[in-house]
Amino acid sequence: MAKKLIMDIKDFSFRYAGAEKPSLMSINLPVHKNKVTAMIGPSGCGKSTLLRALNRIHDLYPGHEYQGKINLLNSSSGENENILDIKKENDFIKLRQRVGMIFQKPTPFPMSIFDNVAYGLKLAGIKNKTILEEKVVSALQGSAIWTEVKDRLKEDAMGLSGGQQQRLCIARAVALRPEVLLLDEPTSALDPISTGAIEELVTELKKDISIVIVTHNMQQASRLSDYTAFMYIGKLIEYNKTDKIFLNPKEKLTEDYVTGRFG
Amino acid sequence: MNRESIFKKVAFSSATLILVMLASIFVMLFISAKPAMQEYGWHFLVDSSWGKTIEVKSDKPLATQKSTTKKTINDENLFANEDSAIIPLSDGGIEDSGQPKNTITKIIYGGFIPIIGTILSTLIAMAFAVPIAMGISIFLSEIAPKFLIKPVGLAIELLAAIPSIIYGMWGLFYFAPIVQDIFGGDQISLLTAGLVLGIMILPFMAAITRDAMNTTPSVLKESAYSLGATKFEVVKDVIFPYAKVGIIGSVILSLGRALGETMAVAFLIGSVFKIPGSLTNPTISIPVVLANNFGEASGNMMSALFYLAFVLFVFSFIIIGTAKFYFLRKHR
Repeated sequence: MAKKLIMDIKDFSFRYAGAEKPSLMSINLPVHKNKVTAMIGPSGCGKSTLLRALNRIHDLYPGHEYQGKINLLNSSSGENENILDIKKENDFIKLRQRVGMIFQKPTPFPMSIFDNVAYGLKLAGIKNKTILEEKVVSALQGSAIWTEVKDRLKEDAMGLSGGQQQRLCIARAVALRPEVLLLDEPTSALDPISTGAIEELVTELKKDISIVIVTHNMQQASRLSDYTAFMYIGKLIEYNKTDKIFLNPKEKLTEDYVTGRFG
Repeated sequence: MNRESIFKKVAFSSATLILVMLASIFVMLFISAKPAMQEYGWHFLVDSSWGKTIEVKSDKPLATQKSTTKKTINDENLFANEDSAIIPLSDGGIEDSGQPKNTITKIIYGGFIPIIGTILSTLIAMAFAVPIAMGISIFLSEIAPKFLIKPVGLAIELLAAIPSIIYGMWGLFYFAPIVQDIFGGDQISLLTAGLVLGIMILPFMAAITRDAMNTTPSVLKESAYSLGATKFEVVKDVIFPYAKVGIIGSVILSLGRALGETMAVAFLIGSVFKIPGSLTNPTISIPVVLANNFGEASGNMMSALFYLAFVLFVFSFIIIGTAKFYFLRKHR
């Protein structure tokens, strides 16, 4: 294959515990390496559900049903691993360290700014203080928040503004050097300036990390992403390069959505 | 507008009522305890003799002595305690006759034993209840499968609603022998009372702690999990710090409850005025002293009981006040 796929979703279906109908039906979606893939669609179309399947955070709550395959490229061996085969807690932890996640609302932990970023690293077993410090600083720098927090690393992270908190959360995820970063409407709770800062950051981050972003904001999808998937009621309607989806969609439904006729 | 003002007044007076009640209880306790406070002073808190008849060497008749100033009486008391022989109490009390002319006997009261008994039984209860309550609430909020959460949660709430006298009876007839088998000593003891007290506050504490832990937003937990945290790490690093205020609040509320508990403790602590040499010895606590002795108390003893009640009141007030202060400070 010419372009490398970091993740490949094949014929994937998902049913929530206790639900009668599956929330996702036969999804086929490639995730390109070092690109930004956007998932758009009206509320309830299943885009967040799909995103949350990619690091199996769904499995914190028992009883959900998966079908199909989600392959994750193992960059050292070059082989694909189906993450739906994971059963042991240790393997879940490894998966989540490789596939990080950022949520709609900023989620700083109730600890200092430094400790927030160091937290994942400590979990990963890094104990050496100098290494820890180095990694925290570089993650903060890489997340465009360093200049704002460098003098207050010991302060409570709750004292930061919403946009700063979100960038801190990204720094926290980035510090683990994940291969994929999942962003679940990361800017919907933020003001335009903070949104701009996050978008810039995402563009910067894709040099090292492949990114999947769920967004309600179509301008954001068109600005940020290289590929866009349009979903509707549990189905993937159309997937293509972003400019094709927005300028020249094949499906009528996609066209109606991106031109704002419904949604 | 009129209805609005009536509504405001009703709400205002309801709120005022509670303050008035609080203040009146405080004032009542203080006034009733005042004679004992004047008589015994701070020494009451560390004096371990309760209802002991002592000789007071004095030329003055009893009536005069009572009317002397507080200071001299205190001094005399201290003096008397230090080196006067204690005469075993015969039934009569203060008016006991047949003493040498210049010697007056009087009965003194000191609160040390019930105070220590209250503190120790509460500490035992907390030492027992806190870890288990934490375990229960962690299990319920994080680990338990869905089908268990409801029934176990319900059971805990029901347990919290059982009247304390039932805990006392159960403790006396079933639990005390078990405690004796394990730890030796007496069945009726500080340890048994403390443990049953612990069992009693356990569901209460667990229920509030669980509620506090459940306020942790699930995204916060999820983001810890998505950094690769295990359940234990999420509980330790995210849920506990996040729910810290609520958890401390629940512990302190339970502490307040344990301090004032009467019935269950009355069954089990033994009601003897003795400093417990070991945990398995019987002793007494403030609420038990009050419950047992008000019936036949008068004079100094009555006042001493009020003094004890006052001590308990202030003690609980300080504890709850600290908790509230903590809440308020954190919420700002």
